[in-house]
Amino acid sequence: MRPFTYTRAKDPAAATQALAGNPTARFLAGGTNLIDLMKEDVERPTALVDITNLSLAEIKPITAGASKGGLSIGGLGKNTEAANHPLVRQHYPLLSQAILAGASGQIRNMATNGGNLLQRTRCPYFYEVSMPCNKREPGSGCGALEGINRLHAIFGWSEKCVAVYPSDMAIALAALDAVVRVRTASGQERSIPFADFHRLPGNTPEQDTNLAHGELITAIDLPQNRFADRSYYLKVRDRASYAFALLSVAAALEVSETGNRIVQARIAMGGVAHKPWRALTAEKMLIGQEATPANFKRAADAEMAAAKPLEHNKFKVELGNRSIVLALQMALNGGKA
Amino acid sequence: MDQNENLDLSDDEKKLFEDLMPEDLNEILDTGVNRRHFLKLMTLAGGGVLAAQSAVAEQLFTKPVSGAMPEELSAAAIENGVNLALNVNGTARKLTVDSRMTLLDTLRERLDLTGSKKGCDHGQCGACTVLVNGQRVLSCLTLAASCEGKTVRTIEGLAQTGSSRSRAGESGAQLHPMQEAFLKHDGFQCGFCTPGQICSAVALLDEARRGDASYVTENVRRKTGPVQLSTEEIRERMSGNLCRCGAYPNIVAAIQEVHSGKPVEQTFRFSA
Repeated sequence: MRPFTYTRAKDPAAATQALAGNPTARFLAGGTNLIDLMKEDVERPTALVDITNLSLAEIKPITAGASKGGLSIGGLGKNTEAANHPLVRQHYPLLSQAILAGASGQIRNMATNGGNLLQRTRCPYFYEVSMPCNKREPGSGCGALEGINRLHAIFGWSEKCVAVYPSDMAIALAALDAVVRVRTASGQERSIPFADFHRLPGNTPEQDTNLAHGELITAIDLPQNRFADRSYYLKVRDRASYAFALLSVAAALEVSETGNRIVQARIAMGGVAHKPWRALTAEKMLIGQEATPANFKRAADAEMAAAKPLEHNKFKVELGNRSIVLALQMALNGGKA
Repeated sequence: MDQNENLDLSDDEKKLFEDLMPEDLNEILDTGVNRRHFLKLMTLAGGGVLAAQSAVAEQLFTKPVSGAMPEELSAAAIENGVNLALNVNGTARKLTVDSRMTLLDTLRERLDLTGSKKGCDHGQCGACTVLVNGQRVLSCLTLAASCEGKTVRTIEGLAQTGSSRSRAGESGAQLHPMQEAFLKHDGFQCGFCTPGQICSAVALLDEARRGDASYVTENVRRKTGPVQLSTEEIRERMSGNLCRCGAYPNIVAAIQEVHSGKPVEQTFRFSA
């Protein structure tokens, strides 16, 4: 690992100022991804500013503003605490499930909610510094485009980058229309709708998100919703546990009290794109329809018709189709297929 | 630091090396007994060559590798040194570490606590699992510098010392119930992952008492409280600890026995 200075920030202002003065400084929170990438020589910060002592871990109901009635989750709270908080489990079980589907007990005890969103891709070409990778080294090319790309994107990729985004938590947050609250380097507050937080690769795959250098995630706000009774996070992976998703689906339904009509549907997919992929085509098709397997299948067909698989990941098209149907069924039936 | 500190070989020991490994004698006197010398000696021992001199050899093998802990280094002597005070297994420790040093390396290389193991060093195997402020974490992905003021418990700190019910022999220590259960159920083969498995399992018990959910929990919305874990739950909650020997059924049985408080029968079956 390359040398770096280590300091502890006393408050958010000191933290953001410390980064503003140094373009190669980074925040250190849980460190589960950053320290690993530093060992691999992928990340090379010259200074780490430890932000774990800042008071940004609280989970509390939102009593005013656009998300009134929702829940605010502190950016520096641990994943374990968020997944097990009584209000999250009761009102946003989809988020609990998604967090618990990721990593291991040990890692969830370390990882923070804000840090989780900033995980970098696990594309092997990104991790291996002897390989070309536009995300790690802009202009060096993409090793995966014509290489081994079984784990890679089927939606939204560019010639520059076909990597997928790894977080499970973020897939649920995308489905729940979360809002990321940020403190800018100059001390201002700003809110970023979840759909605008992560980026597609385009010509600048080195930028994973729309956060500027030195911006600090203070909280993630969850608006109130009617999905708690019918939601499910389905994760498909190469082994039963402790593995990144080949593909995942966060599904949530609101069904009319009389009859079986879908009032609202939310579907977000992981493991298929450079960002959490909202299946908006499928969502729109389901509104007003009866909640039946046949209708779920029609919506999945329409969504997956736009997929553009690579040489080794054609299986993800059929897998995605079946996973959407299964996740919707399980959401409808309280977790049972 | 004087690397030759540990080279005070007795005359008998010198003679042992002179007789058995004359070609290595100068190197040994120069730089000490290294791994290669040791293995060579072991091979000779295996072949019975050492039998005649077994007393001397035994003495040599049981000698501490290094006489003293390295002298404390000052923050100025280390590039980006960080002063650190933490509590490890009930003892307050103060030391200066390179900012790059992980908690795992600090425990093993500076505090002589080699129970926590370095398996993958990338957070993929769980062999380095320790408890920080009571929570299980991966010490290979934790910077030591970030542990200021924290309480660390390693496998070495799980047994209760000074108990009158001596079960672990000379030290007078009483093993943690999880350690006892791993012994009873043969929860290991080579033993390399075991310290991490046991630390992880100890934390898992607290998480179950607290009512934490897992991905296989049927309904996360159900009211929380202490939960009784099924085998499936234990397997999911222990998935961050890999065992290449495949002792998983025995590990799960050991954890289930401590968790439920009831004896667990081992069931053997062929895989489907």
